[in-house]
Amino acid sequence: MDRRQIWLSLATLAMFAAVPPLTVIFDQPFYMDMIARIMVFAIAAVSLDLILGHGGMVSFGHAVYMGVGAYAVGILSYYGLDNGFLQIPVALGASALIGLVFGAMSLRTTGVYFIMITLAFAQMLYFLAISLEEFGGDDGMSSMRSEFGGVIDMYDAMQFYYVIFVVLALVLFGLHRLVLSRFGMVIRAARSNDRRMQAVGFPTYRYKLAAFTLASTICGLAGVLFANLNEFVSPDVMHWTHSGELMVMVIMGGMGTLIGPVLGATAFLLLEEYLPQWMEMAMTNAGEHWAIIMGPILIAIVLFGRGGIHALFAATIWRSGGKRNG
Amino acid sequence: MDTLLLLEQFFNGLQFGVMLFLIAAGLTLVFGIMDMVNLAHGSLVMIGAYLATTFIGWTGSFLGGLALAIPATFAVGALVEVVALRTLYRRNHLEQVLATFGLILFFNEIVRIIWGPISLYSGLPDYLTGQVEIIPGAPYPVFRLIIIAVGLAVAGIIYAIVAHTRLGMLIRAGASNNEMVGALGINIKSLFTFVFALGAVFAGLAGMLLGPLTSVEPGIGEPLLILAFVVIIIGGIGSIRGAFIAAILVGVVDTVGRVALPVLLRAFVTDAAADTAGPAVASMLIYILMAAILVVRPQGLFPARTG
Amino acid sequence: MAEPILQIEGLAKSFGSLVATDDLHLDIEQGEIHAIIGPNGAGKTTLIAQLSGELKSDSGRVRFAGRDITTLSMPARSALGLARSFQITSIFPDFSALDNVALSVQAHAGHSFRFWRPAGRDPGLRAPARKILDEIGLGSRADEPAANLSHGEQRQLEIAMALATRPSLLLLDEPMAGMGRDESAKMVNLLRDLKGRHTIVLIEHDMDAVFALADRITVLVYGRAIATGAPGDIRANDEVRAAYLGTETAQEVSSA
Repeated sequence: MDRRQIWLSLATLAMFAAVPPLTVIFDQPFYMDMIARIMVFAIAAVSLDLILGHGGMVSFGHAVYMGVGAYAVGILSYYGLDNGFLQIPVALGASALIGLVFGAMSLRTTGVYFIMITLAFAQMLYFLAISLEEFGGDDGMSSMRSEFGGVIDMYDAMQFYYVIFVVLALVLFGLHRLVLSRFGMVIRAARSNDRRMQAVGFPTYRYKLAAFTLASTICGLAGVLFANLNEFVSPDVMHWTHSGELMVMVIMGGMGTLIGPVLGATAFLLLEEYLPQWMEMAMTNAGEHWAIIMGPILIAIVLFGRGGIHALFAATIWRSGGKRNG
Repeated sequence: MDTLLLLEQFFNGLQFGVMLFLIAAGLTLVFGIMDMVNLAHGSLVMIGAYLATTFIGWTGSFLGGLALAIPATFAVGALVEVVALRTLYRRNHLEQVLATFGLILFFNEIVRIIWGPISLYSGLPDYLTGQVEIIPGAPYPVFRLIIIAVGLAVAGIIYAIVAHTRLGMLIRAGASNNEMVGALGINIKSLFTFVFALGAVFAGLAGMLLGPLTSVEPGIGEPLLILAFVVIIIGGIGSIRGAFIAAILVGVVDTVGRVALPVLLRAFVTDAAADTAGPAVASMLIYILMAAILVVRPQGLFPARTG
Repeated sequence: MAEPILQIEGLAKSFGSLVATDDLHLDIEQGEIHAIIGPNGAGKTTLIAQLSGELKSDSGRVRFAGRDITTLSMPARSALGLARSFQITSIFPDFSALDNVALSVQAHAGHSFRFWRPAGRDPGLRAPARKILDEIGLGSRADEPAANLSHGEQRQLEIAMALATRPSLLLLDEPMAGMGRDESAKMVNLLRDLKGRHTIVLIEHDMDAVFALADRITVLVYGRAIATGAPGDIRANDEVRAAYLGTETAQEVSSA
């Protein structure tokens, strides 16, 4: 992999790491919340990039695993089980299991079928969550933040922020290794030509399924953090538009680059936050209709934004070489 | 359980099924012929519903409103195809999904700006609000019967077009070989526009008929779109026959399942458990059905003959 | 005489009303280059797909190295030592030539559920891959992205990827497809080098190459083997001449 890509990753992480002290210095605690939220979605987007960007699996139901992780926390918390050392394994186990089952079904198909089936399965869990009256049904339920036996205090904004930061950094590092490993070579090559991979002797289905399950599990972890962030869980996490937004983050940042989706998540959520404000400045009451600009922005990114933000860095800052990332 | 209630639910399921078929038909044609995933198809359901509500208000007549809304939806469909979708045919599926996702955001917001964010209710004229007893002792709303009839009629029309006309031949040829249709000297661009606008009309029609049953609000088409996906997955991409059978199957299983399943479960578990699990399982029923069919037939019930 | 390495018994495949393989019986002997020729649409590529496990046969059996492999998947057949190359170049264009071959090596170096060590610095994969590239004459191009190789080089790489699976039988689907005269000559030399070390089933339209290389030739027409024999016998066979009569290839057959 590109050395410059590693530098970009480190620089991005360094900026995230610098946020809490800066918010303290400038007395702007709001930004710490906002960046924490961005990092949670970044973890989810990076996990999607593993299968979408590197594996070529266009999963349109990825937000569901965030929901599974979040509901694991919410439901355990509902029964008074706030211990994070219990919640995390349960959440990861549940999202892995569901990813395994959905993946096993979906990966039997390809192309448009795969897209629609992952979407349909996600919708199934969304409606299941709505039907669970015990856990708030449509309205969702509030939940406590996880307890870590006094080791970490999740109610301390600073500590919570760095927990999310460390998870993001570890996920990035782990997936960076994984993509270059033998396993990573298999899923990347299978994306390019599955038939050829089978012909040289790889039973690709099981490798793709393993990647799908791993991505679901990591996204489940993002869900755990998401529930902690909001102290609230509802079916809305699993709504299909959120799966779409995760894909947008990946494309916006640059598919198959790992750090790209982090930048994509940042850009997307900042846009979501500030676009209405900018529009409001231009015209009174225009802000509520921000989607009328956001929609065409998405279309423009898809049509013209080849390679996403990551490629933008490649084109402007790095310039030299230029053969890759094109 | 009450047999009459079950029968009534069966009819409701049938009505829901033909509605899904109206949406799935255009979607599967566009899939099959242009190899294009169009999420914004659900927006056409919404636009049809809004146009009908507005025109019914203007003309003061239900049928008059529909008569105006149908060509208007056709025009909107053609416009969307020419302005937006045409550039997407050569893109990969991921790009199509995301671009049409952007279109959905755009359409929902346009509708919110034009018609406002609150739900609209378009009533029914008196002559459509009645009930008839097709089966003695079980009165059933006339309007729902009409929906079933319209759905069946449209299914017949589409089948006739695809199977027996020159246009249908072109549609089938286009599904397998764009270059060949082009070589025949047929303007493939206008063919695609026409087919897309036709699909838009069917989807819009579903929205127009749905309006009086529920309320009309931004985004009403999207849950239906995902169900239409399920219909297409079960039926097989590009197959009108598959879409019809799958739509009825999904409509009936979903509707009847919601009523019958909790009752059925009571026979096996405690009432309390059945009341909790019943709705949960019922909400997943069609997806479980889809998964089961996929295990046996990964390409759906009626896989299209060509790639 | 040793048992044939590949035995095809009554293999059949049809697509709707089109019969692609029709009750085909054929034995491939250990160590030979066995060419399969026939007019377009004779079912040659379908046969390769059936033998490699990509297509399921309607009926019939395939035995490979004494084992019934009829129901095995493509990867499973590859694991037993059956490798194929593709008519349409199927390489991984974003990867370097070395990466391409290393992938094939990796496919047969145990499972790939290894998540941590970089494959690109694994001598267990790189060294054998480099050796094969050297043997095949692409050693100097090892680090070039495969997309940048010339068509002829890509066809060589295609063969190298098959060789890296250490196969006992190679199914080559038109290795000379789209090649110029010089490139073809190079490929003929390459295949001649492989002769003896590998059993090769060769599908090829280039009759000069076929008659230069093949130990035996089978002529396929409408999915049936109408003749099998040494090149000299095939050239003299009336039925073969009749099958090719009037086509350009007929002249090639008789003049080659």
